[in-house]
Amino acid sequence: MSTAQLEIQLIAIVVAAAAALPGVFLVLRRMAMMSDAISHAILIGIVVAFFIVHDLSHPLLIVGAALTGVLTVTLVEALSRTKRLHEDSAIGLVFPLLFSIGVILISRYASHVHLDLDAVLMGELAFAPFDRFVIAGQDLGPRALFVMSGILLLNILFIGLFYKEIKIATFDAGLAASLGFAPVAIHYGLMTIVSITAVGAFDAVGSLLVVALMIAPPAAAYLLTDRLSVMLLLSVLFGVISAIVGYWAAHMFDVSIAGMMATAAGIVFLLVFLFAPHRGIVAVARRRMHQRLQFAGGALAVHLLNHEGSPEAIEECRVDHLGDHLRWEMVFALRVIRYLQRNNLIRREGDYLHLTADGRSLAREMMVQ
Amino acid sequence: MSDSGAKQDLAIEVFDLTVAYRDKPVLWDIDLEVPEGVLMAVVGPNGAGKTTMMKSLLGLIKPAAGQVRIFGKPYAEVRSEVGYVPQRGTVDWDFPTTVIDVVMMGAYANLGWFKRPGRKEHEAALHALDRVGMKPFADRQISQLSGGQQQRVFLARALLQDARLYLMDEPFQGVDATTERAIIDILREMRKEGKTVIVVHHDLQTVPEYFDWVTLLNVRRIASGPVEDVFTEDNLRLAYGGKIAFITGQNHDHPEVVEAMEGKEEV
Repeated sequence: MSTAQLEIQLIAIVVAAAAALPGVFLVLRRMAMMSDAISHAILIGIVVAFFIVHDLSHPLLIVGAALTGVLTVTLVEALSRTKRLHEDSAIGLVFPLLFSIGVILISRYASHVHLDLDAVLMGELAFAPFDRFVIAGQDLGPRALFVMSGILLLNILFIGLFYKEIKIATFDAGLAASLGFAPVAIHYGLMTIVSITAVGAFDAVGSLLVVALMIAPPAAAYLLTDRLSVMLLLSVLFGVISAIVGYWAAHMFDVSIAGMMATAAGIVFLLVFLFAPHRGIVAVARRRMHQRLQFAGGALAVHLLNHEGSPEAIEECRVDHLGDHLRWEMVFALRVIRYLQRNNLIRREGDYLHLTADGRSLAREMMVQ
Repeated sequence: MSDSGAKQDLAIEVFDLTVAYRDKPVLWDIDLEVPEGVLMAVVGPNGAGKTTMMKSLLGLIKPAAGQVRIFGKPYAEVRSEVGYVPQRGTVDWDFPTTVIDVVMMGAYANLGWFKRPGRKEHEAALHALDRVGMKPFADRQISQLSGGQQQRVFLARALLQDARLYLMDEPFQGVDATTERAIIDILREMRKEGKTVIVVHHDLQTVPEYFDWVTLLNVRRIASGPVEDVFTEDNLRLAYGGKIAFITGQNHDHPEVVEAMEGKEEV
């Protein structure tokens, strides 16, 4: 692995970790779409700040973007407070407006300067190592790595310092307000770090794909834990995995690193969504199937008990008659039989089914209910 | 209660409180005095402004006019003395946290900014859970709780805060009879400890049994005072208009009533 490759991966990891942290609260506050809005709208902040300082690496760009991010949230909330439209419509109105102003400004004034729209939107991680952070002639490493590490540190500090306050403001804003924990200030604080993270990431993965890194890892973590602290850690872990897998997949197929990172984040989510132990689709389906088998098994046991020893038992307790009598598909009936046999509740003798002692008590229990 | 009561004996004083959403008044010129140590119900039809009044007492809503004093001071100065129990439905019960964690939020008021809850708060939270009969659930995820259990957790959180004044928004809503009993027992214990408890309540039938003080509200303050003085047929008729059925009055001063209404939505 070359130094450049290592540096690119480090940047990717730091970006993913920095994005996942505020993302947890976006997911919990049902504000995922707000991150999309912010990441688009900050373009205008970047552009305006760029016209002032003519330097894409100037810190003022971050300030500009943070301000536009907060402006976006303020406008969206002001619009939805009028109750003339829902919040999703307000988001859909505000960010395209701010974004398109950014696009217009770039096309009008920036054609003769180096401000590439693609670079802002998609990022180009592969070029990141060329832009060095040099102090007094000393090359300290890629600039993006320093910027993103600073932002990661900021996010850790913000969430670490205000952990209790963010938690109560997210869970119970009413109580938080009555206790004086300023949920509105916390809200705008969160939106500010979301904006700063989005602008910091635009160098690396672009301001659009950062949304994937903010939402997918926390959404996956949410399915795996009941603890906020664990959710934060898992989100960072999933982000980091997406970054590394994304990088090597991009390397292998020679495609966009940012695109592959976002795809990897999506795949991580999909895997968790399918296979999470309690809330995953497979676990839920298995639980349902098990409940269905359990109930059907009980019903079959009751059926057998009712006809046990009676003259029609020969007819009623035959395997191939279950379809007619209980109105079950044969495939399902055989599954129920196997389930009962496995649990030692019935014996099968050729075509005939007999209850065991356990099966008989199960049937009696079912009937009492 | 006579007007000559000394100021420091009042938990709440409200002067000319008016709250409006745009041009529509939700509360009109409310005057209210609640003495310390009472267990008070706030009753009134839907849209009467009960929740709005609670929120204005807590400074969560800015009034168009008037002012509120809690223990003779502005709310901001006595925050930690006031415990608020919001409606159960206002929080996200799928939030990734445990029962004990939610209860410990009751200690946040005394911790202030930055300081985290520690062993002492944990012990106190367990004790509060024990008082509401929820100790075995301490480590459960909150999404696994029934409605009644959620309400008990909220109550334990309020107990932990150890405030002097409690404002509870419909703590009996959607809970079963056992939980309702448990909650009223706790409220009575609180009163015995000298705390003032104000409860937005919907079931008029239980008002005389549960409470010793009552405020009838319908945008305006209809009446406020000891239950035996103000919980009368006339006042109820004023508060609820025609939307009320009186069952019987074996005693004319304590009419048994049921609220005959369809919508249960609250403003």
